[in-house]
Amino acid sequence: MHKTYQQIEQIAGNVIVVRADGIGYRELAQVTSEHGTSLAQVIRLEGERVYLQVFAGGRGIMTDAQVRFLGHPMEIPFSDALLGRIFTGSGQPRDRGPVISENETPIGGPSVNPAKRIIPRNMVRTGIPMIDVFNTLVESQKLPIFSVAGEPYNPLLARIALQAEVDVIILGGMGLKHDDYLYFRDILEEKGALTRSVMFVHTAADPTVECLMVPDISLAVAEQFALQNKRVLVLLTDMTNFADAMKEIAITMEQIPSNRGYPGDLYSQLASRYEKAVDFDTAGSITILAVTSMPGDDVTHPVPDNTGYITEGQFYLRNGRIEPFGSLSRLKQLVNDKTRADHRTIMNSMIQLYASYRETLEKQAMGFRMSAWDQKLLKYGVRFEREMMDLTVNIPLEKALDLGWQILADCFDPAETGIPSKMTDQYWPKG
Amino acid sequence: MTTTHLGKIRGINGNLLRVEFSSPVAQNEVAYAHSGELRLKAEVIRIRGNIAEAQVFEDTGDLRVGDAVEFTGELLSVELGPGLLSSIYDGLQNPLPELAAESGFFLQRGKYLPALDRKKTWAFTPKVKVGDTVQAGDALGAVPEGIFEHRIMTPFRLRGKLTVQEIAPGGAYTVEQEVAKLKDEQGRLHTVSLMQRWPVKMPIKAYVERLRPTEPLTTKVRIVDTFFPVARGGTYCIPGPFGAGKTVLQQITSRYADVDIVIIAACGERAGEVVETLREFPHLEDPRTGRSLMERTLIICNTSSMPVAAREASVYTGVTLAEYYRQMGLNVLLLADSTSRWAQALREMSGRLEEIPGEEAFPAYLESVIAAFYERGGVVKLRDGSIGSVTIGGTVSPAGGNFEEPVTQSTLKVVGAFHGLSRERSDARRFPAIQPLDSWSKYGGVVPDEQVSFARAMLRRGGEVNQMMKVVGEEGTSIDDFVVYLKAEFLDAVYLQQDAYHEVDAATPAERQQYVFERIHGVLRAPLRFAEKDAARQFFQRLTQLVKDWNRVPQDSPEFKNLETRATQMLAEVTAHA
Ligand SMILES: Nc1ncnc2c1ncn2[C@@H]1O[C@H](COP(=O)(O)OP(=O)(O)OP(=O)(O)O)[C@@H](O)[C@H]1O
Ligand SMILES: [Mg+2]
Repeated sequence: MHKTYQQIEQIAGNVIVVRADGIGYRELAQVTSEHGTSLAQVIRLEGERVYLQVFAGGRGIMTDAQVRFLGHPMEIPFSDALLGRIFTGSGQPRDRGPVISENETPIGGPSVNPAKRIIPRNMVRTGIPMIDVFNTLVESQKLPIFSVAGEPYNPLLARIALQAEVDVIILGGMGLKHDDYLYFRDILEEKGALTRSVMFVHTAADPTVECLMVPDISLAVAEQFALQNKRVLVLLTDMTNFADAMKEIAITMEQIPSNRGYPGDLYSQLASRYEKAVDFDTAGSITILAVTSMPGDDVTHPVPDNTGYITEGQFYLRNGRIEPFGSLSRLKQLVNDKTRADHRTIMNSMIQLYASYRETLEKQAMGFRMSAWDQKLLKYGVRFEREMMDLTVNIPLEKALDLGWQILADCFDPAETGIPSKMTDQYWPKG
Repeated sequence: MTTTHLGKIRGINGNLLRVEFSSPVAQNEVAYAHSGELRLKAEVIRIRGNIAEAQVFEDTGDLRVGDAVEFTGELLSVELGPGLLSSIYDGLQNPLPELAAESGFFLQRGKYLPALDRKKTWAFTPKVKVGDTVQAGDALGAVPEGIFEHRIMTPFRLRGKLTVQEIAPGGAYTVEQEVAKLKDEQGRLHTVSLMQRWPVKMPIKAYVERLRPTEPLTTKVRIVDTFFPVARGGTYCIPGPFGAGKTVLQQITSRYADVDIVIIAACGERAGEVVETLREFPHLEDPRTGRSLMERTLIICNTSSMPVAAREASVYTGVTLAEYYRQMGLNVLLLADSTSRWAQALREMSGRLEEIPGEEAFPAYLESVIAAFYERGGVVKLRDGSIGSVTIGGTVSPAGGNFEEPVTQSTLKVVGAFHGLSRERSDARRFPAIQPLDSWSKYGGVVPDEQVSFARAMLRRGGEVNQMMKVVGEEGTSIDDFVVYLKAEFLDAVYLQQDAYHEVDAATPAERQQYVFERIHGVLRAPLRFAEKDAARQFFQRLTQLVKDWNRVPQDSPEFKNLETRATQMLAEVTAHA
């Protein structure tokens, strides 16, 4: 049926070249050699020369390997049977379950017509005050967690996924440590969420090219669920590994890098994935939470930098806490006027006071005299960090707002907070 | 007219095709790659020997070597005619709502629709008689389009003097129906309809002369109009790191700017931001006309996940449509967000063409491309004596927020005003986060120059005192210096910062800026005397609060006067009289 070719002309990095004709751009092929079989994708056509990117990498491929073209681009099956399952970056089962092959849909499909999008309007509750109160997550938002290595970003991601009221969770793991993969699997299982989850996992030990497929596969499946009116939450960790995989491949393809070795289309590549986040006019939604690790805690590094230009805000995870400064949900104002009347007041005043506390800390460090006001701020700052910022705090938004008033009342007089008296009259704790 | 030729695909690399051809091919002509039923639009961008290289405006998946390519002989063009306003187009002028009606949620590859409605009729009134002589750009008649009288003009491509042979009587016509016949100097006849086409990469030049941009374009953003003004027909740029407020600044400008027409070119940015505009504008009232804001707005939307190659087309489409309305004697503002995404698209293509890269791998011609784009802004005098203008404002998204990069630097060389956003100010939530000491403008503003220079000097000195205080503390600072610092902070808080989301504060008209700034300037100049720093601080805290409230009440309300009187009294109490 499909033609098989056996004369490989060139092998460089993960890319092989064969002579063939009638091959479609981006078509898939199966490359079989002594060391096994791998999928490969057409990435360039030049006369009869067909350039294929081999998912399992070029290592061990022999010049007489068999190349069989499949006549279609990369596809992913779709059905409810995906729920509860775990796959590799190229869509093969990673658990011991059966292969699924219904409703094959191409990955990396076309973009949503902007005219069919609506303005997001639903809050996603997480139980984390630093998110719910201060930087509310909104359904269909795309938001990265910026963080240095060693921060508990995967547990944070898992927690949000477990507490968020969504119908389907899709986890795309890129360059995951095997332990982290098991952590996600076990915690989803333990909390009974695995049955509404699908995992596509590329671990650090797997071939680089497979890492590249993870976001597209995850988002293609997410899109199908969303079209069936499901609210889908996609977790992508770690997008820096995805970018690094692109960098590695661009370099072996001898592309001219633009910035610190990354290819010039890094922005477009990341954007085409993140822009899959959507609230459909008359169907479900896709919300994307991603981890972007920052090499050297440097936010101007090309990966976090380009990400910041694409996403709708960011959470900075630092010292095990979500930093109030720098973190921003750009969509929060779409929802935080409909939660509780004091939401914005608490959000603004507590952050302003916390900023003053930080200034006081600096003055203290410089050895300047501490006034009575400074003392109050010092007391406030400690409580804010312990009772609001600490990631172990897990309370609903309303409780968090009440707690906010309590902390303010324990540290200040109403007039000192700068809150309009109309608000304090109603909300300031009595006694 | 034009004949189509066929070529054959020889190579595919991303969205770049290498096509072998045998009959003549023009640089920048439009071609269609055929793949089964699909016809994918492309543009020829380089020709070498018998190989034309073409960038496809779509995903190239499934194309094969040997597939046919049809060369159309036409340059990449847009349709010009009534019905453009209120439209939402993609970068190649496909109407997005109509595409959605046909194909549903997703943009379908190879699906193109005419930009102008072919069925709708327009009430045409002729403005010339048989025998009249006209030239390119001269009005032959007009149709009402929303709040405007839309001129039906002699096609821009026609040269020399033309004689009106036939002119249709007043009545309803579709955009394709003939309304006039013109004879050129060689005796050739040209039929004219309500619609004409124009290649996007060529400026429309049907005017008498270009004038110097001198009249301020009020944006109603105080820091812009007072400190870094924009002129009608001028150009300006807004570079800034991510999240510093470029898009919000453009969004408020698109609402409040004192121009006839606003064209928003969303180029390679978030779809969600465009959705806000296109869902909200129809419900917002244009204070100038009392009609929906959408009636004066046109959106070109080629967001980041839409085809990269069409980003370049989108800014040219935007500026061509702007020039078209300028030819009607209107003032048009083009807002492009973000020009860096277009530059990156050029870089991607240049890489595939294996051109010798310049700095940060941008092509060596980046600078001249940017310059040529901003050159399309300007004020022109038309043949009937009326004046039209195209003002261009582009955002720039520099890598790492560092302005020392090719796109920012190339842009700064050609624009008339620079609104640099700073991370420091946006982190401190001092919006709009335009850096008041580094930004500049070559245009004249709405407030007297000497007041502005005085205020700027105060900001600079205030900043210096603040730096010094970080080292020596408040205790080590003299009270005079401290007051300078407080005055600068006061100016920042009540004038430079502006609440984009407050009904009144969001938009300050020019007269109000003049009125308010004169008084603020009075505060800055006043010799103030305080016994101690705490008293000074408290005074300015109270005054700041009061003036902020003042900003939030309508100028014609009794409260406005009231608050002003209170502020004047407060000031009098602490003013030292020599
Ligand atoms: N004038 C303003 N008033 C209040 N908030 C603002 C203002 N400008 C910006 N912001 C805040 O900053 C956020 C980011 O602003 P904006 O989207 O304009 O940034 P940007 O510079 O366009 O970023 P990017 O380069 O990532 O597109 C907004 O969501 C809003 O929270
Ligand atoms: Mg923006």
